[in-house]
Order: sequence, then structure tokens, then C-alpha cells
Amino acid sequence: MEKTLFKAKPKADGIGAKVLRREDQKFITGKGHYTDDMNRPGQAYAYFLRSPHAHAKIRSIDIAAAKSAPGVVALFVGKNMESDKVGSLPCGWTVKDRHGQPHKAPPHYPLARDTAKYVGDQVAVVIAETLEQAQDAAELIQVDYQVLPASVKCDATLKPGAPQIHAEAPGNLCYDWELGSQSDIDAALKSAAHVTKLTLVNNRLIPNAMEPRAALGEYDAGTGNYTLWSTTQNPHLLRLILCAFVLGISEAKLRVIAPDVGGGFGSKIFAYAEETVCAWASMKIGRPVKWTADRSQSFQSDAHGRDHVTVAQLGMDKDGKFVGLKVETIANMGAYLSSFSTCVPTYLYATLLAGQYTTPIIYANVKASFTNTSPVDAYRGAGRPEATYLIERLVENAAREMKMDPAVLRAKNFIKKTQFPYQTPVALVYDIGDYDASLNMALDMIDYKNWPKRKEAAKKSGKLRGLGFSTYIEACGIAPSAVVGSLGAGVGLWESAQLRVNATGTVTILSGSSSHGQGHATTFAQVVSSKLGIPADKVEVVEGDTGMIPMGMGTYGSRSLAVGGTAIMRACDKIIAKGKLIAAHLLEAKPEEVDFDDGEFIVRGTNKKRSFGEIAFTAYVPHNYPPDLEPGLDETAFYDPANFTYPAGCHVCELEITPETGEVKIVDWVAVDDFGTIINPMIVEGQVHGGIAQGVGQALLEHGVYDADGQLQTGSYMDYAMPRADLLPNMRLGFTVTPCTHNPLGAKGCGEAGAIASPPAVMNAITDALGISHMDMPATPEKIWQVLQGTTSQGKSG
Amino acid sequence: MYRFDYVRPKSVDEAGKFLAAQAKNGAKILGGGQSLLPTMKQRLAQPSALVAVAGLADLNYVRVAGNKVTIGGATLHDTVARDAQLQKLVPGLTHLAAHIGDPAVRNRGTFGGSVANNDPAACYPSAVLAIGGEIITNKRRIAVDQFFKGLFATALAEDEILTGWEFTAPKKSGYGKFLQPASRFAIIGAFVAQTDAGVRVAITGGGNGVFRAKPLEDALAKSFSAAAVEGVKVDMSHFNGDLHASAEYRAHLATVMTGRAVASCHGG
Ligand SMILES: Cc1cc2nc3c(=O)[nH]c(=O)nc-3n(C[C@H](O)[C@H](O)[C@H](O)COP(=O)(O)OP(=O)(O)OC[C@H]3O[C@@H](n4cnc5c(N)ncnc54)[C@H](O)[C@@H]3O)c2cc1C
Repeated sequence: MEKTLFKAKPKADGIGAKVLRREDQKFITGKGHYTDDMNRPGQAYAYFLRSPHAHAKIRSIDIAAAKSAPGVVALFVGKNMESDKVGSLPCGWTVKDRHGQPHKAPPHYPLARDTAKYVGDQVAVVIAETLEQAQDAAELIQVDYQVLPASVKCDATLKPGAPQIHAEAPGNLCYDWELGSQSDIDAALKSAAHVTKLTLVNNRLIPNAMEPRAALGEYDAGTGNYTLWSTTQNPHLLRLILCAFVLGISEAKLRVIAPDVGGGFGSKIFAYAEETVCAWASMKIGRPVKWTADRSQSFQSDAHGRDHVTVAQLGMDKDGKFVGLKVETIANMGAYLSSFSTCVPTYLYATLLAGQYTTPIIYANVKASFTNTSPVDAYRGAGRPEATYLIERLVENAAREMKMDPAVLRAKNFIKKTQFPYQTPVALVYDIGDYDASLNMALDMIDYKNWPKRKEAAKKSGKLRGLGFSTYIEACGIAPSAVVGSLGAGVGLWESAQLRVNATGTVTILSGSSSHGQGHATTFAQVVSSKLGIPADKVEVVEGDTGMIPMGMGTYGSRSLAVGGTAIMRACDKIIAKGKLIAAHLLEAKPEEVDFDDGEFIVRGTNKKRSFGEIAFTAYVPHNYPPDLEPGLDETAFYDPANFTYPAGCHVCELEITPETGEVKIVDWVAVDDFGTIINPMIVEGQVHGGIAQGVGQALLEHGVYDADGQLQTGSYMDYAMPRADLLPNMRLGFTVTPCTHNPLGAKGCGEAGAIASPPAVMNAITDALGISHMDMPATPEKIWQVLQGTTSQGKSG
Repeated sequence: MYRFDYVRPKSVDEAGKFLAAQAKNGAKILGGGQSLLPTMKQRLAQPSALVAVAGLADLNYVRVAGNKVTIGGATLHDTVARDAQLQKLVPGLTHLAAHIGDPAVRNRGTFGGSVANNDPAACYPSAVLAIGGEIITNKRRIAVDQFFKGLFATALAEDEILTGWEFTAPKKSGYGKFLQPASRFAIIGAFVAQTDAGVRVAITGGGNGVFRAKPLEDALAKSFSAAAVEGVKVDMSHFNGDLHASAEYRAHLATVMTGRAVASCHGG
């Protein structure tokens, strides 16, 4: 465990400074290099023929006409990959059900073999000289489909008589999992003075990264080496999955490069069919093969997020103290298991159900189901937004039912500052936090005292005003390998960093994190600048290339600073330790007498010193050098976190509804977050803003909808509503700081908090304004208007 | 996209000649391409040739003479939105144009393209139907009341170019638009015009194409005020339900948006 907190000196380009993002200039001026910008000599283009049916047997595929169409280089179907022994895309996390059995893992072949299982499922790939030719040829492929009945809803698919999707998963059940004791919770609820009950849907979301997915595979017949450019969030893991599980090639033979990646929100963590096909096909045809999704394909084939139906009950004693929480959830997995889909509604969800509260007994039952829809996997927050939405909606309703102020009820049940480290009943140990501090700051910032006056004033002008809290917690810095391993993860969740000090004293960081918009190049340089006492502009960050970076686990789960940043700190420590040996030699002192402070190696108690640059130079020009020491100043460190980190905070949304139409206007937003140490406040604020926008999008606009036949009705921006700037007020941010106790930076992570915290804040405000107990997201004007119509006819209550 | 020929005529005449020969083979007029090109990209349309009219100077203008207004068939939405004389004379129309799509759409999309396309959720058709006047083509003049023929259908022949719209400025005009949350087309748009021939209210977004709402017009004829339309019901047969709004909600919005349009006429 890492106990000493690094205390950085204030510095214009170091930890804590609002440094402009160094990557923005290139992105804003169109000088980024994305996967689709890569072009290789002899490159051909892939076009995937996708199933137009949600569920259909593929009786036969007639490719004759397509194969001889102009420009066609090759055409492959599932059978071709099968005979090459290309495997199924694996799910990397085994969840054991309540009887100890592993989840049902039906195969997911990159090209469907006998049956297409969702609209968008890859049925064939055409590779041609141009994309247009590939697409023209694909239209000539004759697939004889036998259309089968489809199942799209996560709960209905588990009912008897629902269409059976995989032979391996009877009744479409992937797993029936539980955490906690059912008899304990039933007893707790029975003895409760009051039980608040809620049934809610967490709406399906479609990620919509700005850059669509793309891949370019190239095979070198001379060496037998593959290179795959991909829009992935974790190149090393993609390499591992493709080599060890799918293509059956040596990991040393595949280089995965993620150049600039334009957003992912989780959807680019996973190993996908298209990139697998590009790598494999490049070997088959001996030419590079490129594929880039257009937006329609992204909507159809990117892994979607959320899609839960939950029944939850919160028991309280007569004073409103929580005595037990029971949660029963059905989670949609989609048609196939995406790379980490199984852990999202279990270990990233149920373990968060304590929230910020001391609820002593918690039980969760989660059934994961297969449907004829796009696979569902981690999406910004991954499980934690679903948990937070449920808890915070439930707590809000509990307060209303108990006729208590929602802020007071929350504070009454908070884990207090003095109780950390705090063992929750759902496995996690929270290391540190101060939930009263963030709530109180938020109450102050929103001017809670005068809230009733504002509500009254709005009423006079014909508006319904509502205020909603969300006191959230998340588990980030994913994750201690031993812990996740014991829970079924097939991987370790450490991070690595190589710190290459160049002879002139500049530094190249080779990080296994993989920025796709987070600004690592800026943040990591600030960290090293403070730690090594050198200007940040002497530090370069290299990411996203398995050919250059020793190892890595990629960027997701708000882990890159807490885990990747700590690996960088450790590599710095190794550099400093070696530097001390060199300095001691030069200064004729003992190594243990040498201190390193702000870029200088100093013999303790003397004015004898050498600068960092001098030591770097000596390491590479070792004319006068310790005899047994290797030259060079280049160190690699791995860091496996001792615990998750626990960012937490309080968001408050205030909004107004126009009753005649149901329109919602968010008039104020206060977010008080505790991310531990903040390296770059500007980047952190940006992450919070973006996260809130995404969460408000979920609450008010976004909804991935399939019709009963499994056609995606929201397959473009004509029908899938994304949040825009005018949806949001000027967000007012506040920060409290309790530094994480087990990493040297004290950092917790900030990437997902906004998306986790915001949906319940909005929905609590809407239900408050309407005086109703619940409404499912997205809260569209029509839904609100319909509610108001109902109330009007019943004689308006309030 | 499928392959197509791109033709750039120097005049309306030349464009008309080409179309007369080629429209039957699938040649189409290209305005700003903001509706046509997306459908082509998705391979939902396969014209043999596109005849680009957007660059023709003789189709790109707003002319105001007293209370007579003519708008050229290829005038950009942005040009209409920013025309200072029009802003004073027909504020409902410039407001409408200023709220179509985003700046990129407004600087490509054309008046003629919008009206000829007659998308059931488009904004312009409501203004044209409410204000009245005549649609001018390279062949004839068509009274506005004879022009719109339901979903994506108009009186235009396949090879006919919409070259302009001529109308008398209404005494008052206003547009109320309720946004479809994803596309930001109109879930319901209501254009109100107080014309010499009386108050005309045209509703777009209902689902079956732009139409005039008689009950709303009657109410406003009695009293041209937002209050006058409160609770007025429009025939439900005009409205369809879809993912974004039920028919019932659309009908309700038609009345509310009309109220807002009238309020805007009074500076509200
Ligand atoms: C993101 C986005 C948002 C939008 N939002 C809105 C909105 O809020 N409200 C709204 O009303 N519209 C909206 N639109 C549509 C936009 O206004 C289009 O510009 C318009 O509908 C079509 O005009 P165009 O000039 O682009 O025509 P094109 O796309 O070029 O053509 C459309 C059709 O009209 C025909 N045509 C074009 N010009 C002529 C002519 N002069 N004579 C005869 N036929 C012709 C073409 O052959 C074609 O069939 C939006 C579009 C986009 C892409």
C-alpha cells in the first residue's frame, strides 16, 4: 500500500495548475491523426453486409454475382473464418450464478455462421478496391434468410414462450446472480417501520463517440507480423484478446496502434468483429484492409449501454434510518456477450448499492438476459450510474414518504467522516470521504434556504419548479487485480509506465493508459513536471501503441490518473533512485546522503548538488560513472492498486416545467465533487461538464428504442436525441478534497462522475416539480404533459 | 452513394432544358443538398444526374417592393433570415428561417429545396401556405393554395424548377415551433399570417403534410390574440403519432404553438 502522499510545490505547469490542454491545438485545427487518416500502400476497403433481421436463420448465401462485381478483391462469410479456425470473441469476465455455475457464454463469431441475432449482425464482408465498389458488390449478395421471431425487451425475453436466442442459454438467461442474503434482507424489510418501493427502467443508451469506430489491418508476409490500427481504448488488451482467443497468433506478432481516438465513453474498450476481420482478412488477401463505420453502422453495431429493469425496496426505521435495501434487476446483454458485459450489472453495479449510506443489509439479485439487440456493455460509468440512479431515486422518494427534507434524510444516513475506512455490506471498503462536506457546500451554493421562495415565485409565473439532489459515490481506479480476479475477471487491472529520460534531460512517458479525449498528454506531463522538477514542456507522453509501450490496460473506469498516474510516479521514483546513485558518485557522497528536491540532487546538509539534466547526461555519457551501474536512465514500473478509489459528491438540479407543453428548462446546476487531488482543474471541470451533459441527455433525451421486430427505431440523429449546449445552464462547480489514501497522488478519478451523478438529480427535480413518485427516463415533454393531463382531470394536487 | 452525373448549368433555362430531356431518366434538381444528399449517402435515392441550381445568381435573392415580396428559388435560409427589410416586413418568416437546423444547414439549404421537398416536418411550407401568393416555376405560376399535395408531394412536375415565391406581406406574421428533440425539425410548427384575405394558420409537423387549421383561423378572426385559441381543437385526422409524439400531443401543440405565434406578433 502506498501511504505517503506526494506534496507538490505550486508551479505554473505542475500539479494543480490550470494548464491549457496541449492536444487541443491539433484537434481543433484538424491536425489530429485518427485511424481513418491512416492509409497504407495497396490498401483495400471492407464493407460489412449486416443482417436486416433481428433474428433469422441463414439458409444460404449466394455470393457469385458479388464476387465477380467490379473491383472486388475478396468476399468472406462465416464459414471461411470457421475453416481458418478463427475463434469466437470472448467475454473477459466470468460471473458465477447463485448456484456457482459460470454464466452462459454462447459463441460470438466475427461473421455469423448459421443465425443472425440482431439487426446489424455481420453476415459477410466484401473487400474491394474502393469502398463504393465493396458496397455495390454487397448489394449483390443473396442471403436466404428464414426470419425467426425476435425478442427485444430484457424482462419479456425471460418469460416462458419468448423466442429462444441461443441454444446454450435456455430461456435466454445468461445468469441469475446474487449478492447478500435474501433471508436477511427479507427479515430486515419485514421489521422496517416503512418500506419505500420503486420500479424503474434504466433506459438504453447509444454511446455516440464523435469518431466512429474504424480499423486498418496490415499483414507483412515477409515476417508474418500483423499491424492493426484501431479506435480502441486499450490496445494491449485488444492485442491479447485477438491473439490468444480469436486469431490464434503469437502476441509478439501483432502490433496494435490506437492513434488519436475521438471519444469512446466505454464503447471502444471492447474487441469487435470488424477489427478482427480486418486483421484476419489482410493476411488472407495479402493487402491492408480498412474499415470505417458510418454513423448508421455505429448506431447498429457499437455496444450500447444501460438497459435495466429494476424493482427496489428500501426499509427504514421510524426515524428514517435505513435498515435494508433489496434490489432485483434484469439487465439486457443484447444478442452476444461483449468483452466485459457480464461484470457491468454485477460487480460494477451491486457493489455500489450502499451509496453514501450506512444501510446495514443489502441484497441484490441480477438476472442477465439475451435479446435480439446490439450487445450491451460498459458505457460511461458502467453499472455505477445504474446503481446511483436507483439509490438516489429511492432515497428521494423515501424522504417524501417519510415527510422529511431529502437533504436531512440523506445526511442522517451518511457514512460519517470518522467512520473511514468503511466496510460496506456489498464488498467494497471505502477508504476516505466526507459526504457531509459536499452536501453542505452544495446546499450553500444552491441557496437551499431560499428554495421554497423560488418555487413559490415560479408558481406565480405559471411554472412548476423542482429541485433534485444526487449524493453519489462511484468506485474508480479500476482495480486491484486480486480482488477482480476473485470475482471472475480474466485480466489483471494494473497499469504500467515507462519513463525514458533522454540524454538532454527531457522525458518521454510511455504509458499503458490510452487517452481518447481525456488529455493525458497534458495531465501526465504536469505530474512528471512536479515530481521531477522539470518544466512540463520537456515531457512528452506516448500512448496507444503496443509496439512502443511495454504493457498496458487502457483507459476506462476513471482509472488513468489513479492507476496509470501512479505507475508513472513509481517509474519516477525508480529514476530518482538511480539518479541518486549517479549523483552520489559525482558528488563523492553516499547515495543515502543524497536528497532529490525539485529537480536537484543535493547532498544533505551541504550545497553540493547536481541538476536533473546533468544526471541524465551523465547516465548516457558515463565517462565518470559508478562502476557497477548500468548506463542509461530509463525505468518501467507497474502499479496494481491496493483498492478502488471512491470519488463522491453532491449534485443539485433546479428546473422549471412549462405546464402547457411539458417543456423542461434546467435553470441551475450545482456540482460539488471530491476527486481527491486535482492535477489540472480545467481538465477536471471539462470532464464534469461533459459528464453532466451526458447524464442530462440520459434523463431528458436519449433512448435507444427497438420495435417489437427488433428494428432499431433510433438509428440516426434524426431520431436519437443527443444533448446540446442549450439544454444546460451554466454549471456551477465546487470541490472538496479528501485525498485517496492508497496512491501517492491522492487522486481518485473524475471521468465518469458527472454522468453518474446527474440523471437522478434531474429526475428527482422533475418528480418534485410534478408531485409524482416516479417517471422513467427520458422525461420527454410529452410524458410530462400526459402526467399533467392526468392530474388536471383528477383535480390538481400539487 | 451510387454513381451519378453532376451538372452545373449556367442559367435556369439551361437547367430546364437538361431536365426536360433527362428527368424521365432519373435526373434531379440539387438545391442545397441538405435533404437530398443524406438520402443518397444512405443509398435510399439513386438519381442518374444532379442538376445544381443553388449557385444560380438569378435564383438567389430577396426582393422587397412596398409590400410585395419575391424570394428566389435557390435563396439560402440564412439569406432570408438576415434580410433587414424582410425582418421588419415579415418577421415570422425571417424568424422561421433563422431557426431551421444549424448555421451549416442554413448556409446550404435553399428555399426552393425545402418547399419542393415538402417534408411533413419542414418549416417553410407552413409559412408559404399561411402567407399565400404564388409559387413561380420555370414554366408557370401556381397559386399557393394549389401547390402542396400532402406528404413530400407538390404540384411541381418532375422536370419543373421552383424559381421563386411571390406574395403580399401579411400585416402580421409569427411562427411557433416545437422542436423534435433529435432532428430539431418541427414536431409541430404553426405559422400565423394576418393577410388581406383574413387570418391564415398553417400547421406543419402533424404527420400528413402541411395544412390550414380552420378552427384556429376562425378563432383568430374573431380576436387576434393568443387567448383566443386556447382550448381550440383541430381535427385529429391531421395528426399522426410516432416515436417522438402521439397524435393527441401534436394536436395539443398545434393549438399551443399557434398561441405562441400570435403572441410573437404582439411582441410576446
Ligand atoms: C441537420 C439538419 C437540420 C435541418 N433542420 C430543419 C428544420 O429545422 N426545418 C426545416 O424546415 N428543414 C430543416 N432541414 C432541411 C433543410 O431546410 C433543407 O435545406 C431543405 O429541406 C431542403 O433544401 P435543399 O436546398 O437542401 O434541397 P435539396 O436537398 O438539394 O433538395 C431537396 C429536394 O428538392 C428538390 N429541389 C431542390 N431545389 C429545387 C428547386 N429549386 N426546384 C424544384 N425542386 C427542387 C430536389 O430535387 C430534392 O428532391 C434540416 C436539414 C439538416 C441536414
